[in-house]
Amino acid sequence: MDYVAHLTLNAGTFIILAVSLHLINGACGQFSLGHAGFWAVGAYAGAAFSVYAPLPVPDFVNLFISCGIGFVAAAIAGIIIGVPCLRLRGDYLAIATLGFGEIIRILIINMDSIGGPRGFTNIPNWSNLFWVYLWVVITIVVVTNILKSSTGRAIISIREDEIAAESMGINTFVYKTMAFVIGAGFAGVAGSLFGHAQQFLHPNNFTFMWSVIILLMIILGGLGSTTGAIVGAVVLTALPEVLRFFGDTVSEWRMVIYSLILILLMLLRPEGIFGKKEFSLSWFRARKLTPSGDK
Amino acid sequence: MNEEMMFMLYDTAQFLINGLVQGSIYALVALGYTMVYGIIKLINFAHGEFYMIGAFIGYFTITYFHFPLILALPVAMLLSGFAAVIVEKLVYKPIRHAGRVAALITALGVSLFFQYAGQNILGADPKAFPQAMPELTFEFGEVYITTTQIMIMVSTFVLMVLLWWLVGHTKIGKAMRATSFNKDAAALMGINTDRIISFTFFVGAMLAGAAGVLVGMYYNTVEPMMGLIPGLKAFVAAVLGGIGSIPGAVIGGLVLGVVENLVVGFWESTYRDAVSFSILIFILLVKPAGLLGKNIREKV
Repeated sequence: MDYVAHLTLNAGTFIILAVSLHLINGACGQFSLGHAGFWAVGAYAGAAFSVYAPLPVPDFVNLFISCGIGFVAAAIAGIIIGVPCLRLRGDYLAIATLGFGEIIRILIINMDSIGGPRGFTNIPNWSNLFWVYLWVVITIVVVTNILKSSTGRAIISIREDEIAAESMGINTFVYKTMAFVIGAGFAGVAGSLFGHAQQFLHPNNFTFMWSVIILLMIILGGLGSTTGAIVGAVVLTALPEVLRFFGDTVSEWRMVIYSLILILLMLLRPEGIFGKKEFSLSWFRARKLTPSGDK
Repeated sequence: MNEEMMFMLYDTAQFLINGLVQGSIYALVALGYTMVYGIIKLINFAHGEFYMIGAFIGYFTITYFHFPLILALPVAMLLSGFAAVIVEKLVYKPIRHAGRVAALITALGVSLFFQYAGQNILGADPKAFPQAMPELTFEFGEVYITTTQIMIMVSTFVLMVLLWWLVGHTKIGKAMRATSFNKDAAALMGINTDRIISFTFFVGAMLAGAAGVLVGMYYNTVEPMMGLIPGLKAFVAAVLGGIGSIPGAVIGGLVLGVVENLVVGFWESTYRDAVSFSILIFILLVKPAGLLGKNIREKV
């Protein structure tokens, strides 16, 4: 039971990460490979608060503050990285964000007060399923509502055609930065929740590999679909555990299987499971037959 | 000149030599990046893996078949070249029309595939690269240079001259330049562009494979993950020199190697990677075309 609970909790963390990357990459079309960096900033900032300066209030209030600090810290990192880098496009942006993600990790390794290369220990165990999934809901609601608003339309128009959006009077830089910073902020929240669940953080938890895995989640689900991001996160968290049932050999080849999935997905179904479609209740309603020619 | 100044000078000379050796290896890998980017505008993330494959082929041929270095190096180059051609035919060719980001993600997948397949097949532990040639150390004052270092610089130089001759003075080189300049026009002129693209992958991976063998000799270890960081660094070198430009890749590689070794020598080794990535971001922001690249205006 413990094992299932742990897995469910991890899935929640990854849903937040995938949905936040979805805002940057799926909705706004800005190809970021530095998401693990924001995750790390939030995790370390939130954990530093809980270890060094917790307030004399109930634990869950402290956890909430810690998540808030994680959000703000990661959002600030998002501004620092986004403002100069979002001028770049496509693969150049990917490389620049990758570089920043690695720089963040190297800076953490060199900070002794938060554990440096030894890892950050003694983080209080405040996070549990309820708080993680509360944040999952908050993230999904915020991101979906942003995307449904006029801000969201502007963000999506940048993905579709940046030059056309600009000529329609949309300040693409502002909207790109907005998507990038909000996405980074929620990754920070996921980091804070992750730290308080694991009680231990190590810089190697946040390598560029993880940015790729989060990216794989949203691509698997369907780049541009919030539903897809959630499904992708759940599938890729559960997959390694399911592979365990097929014996040790399969489990050992987990990463190879991941990479093959990624390649085959790009070759055979580049739009992912959901494409750009969203889940909606109308899927279950019986299709009404409308006579043709009658509106 | 007082003694302290002397030591400082010797130290700097030593770091410069180490930097040039490291830089030659970056340059060899960066050449492949730059050539592939120049011809199909793909950042071949998997390029570092051909360097790893080359290193392992060198390791196996020297340890188990007792090949001399002069034979092991070309064998490793050829086999990593063929590996790249297989990957290109199977994966990159079908994805070429799907857009640059899809191709980039595919390249990431290929890179992960080789790293983890390598870990599972060969084991994750580093293996000791055999001594392929007698190691002598020459001493100039307080500055040391080993035969391996000289060997690396000489082989890099020879390979670069060969590449310069291949690209600039042969028929296939002319076809490569034409394809890179305008693929459709080249195809209309009767150039089999698919074959030229495969050939470019082949040549790039050959250079990376050579770099792998040389680096195995230099550090005496090979491991399946060895391609990741040097691959990224070589990309930084290619961007620094101006991606798409062959002399740019060489200059970028050498500059990056020297800068990294000066950081290790005079500051702290843990900041080495951070400095190279900062260089990358700085170049991308200030002069995205790189040191030797041409500025291209974005068109609607």
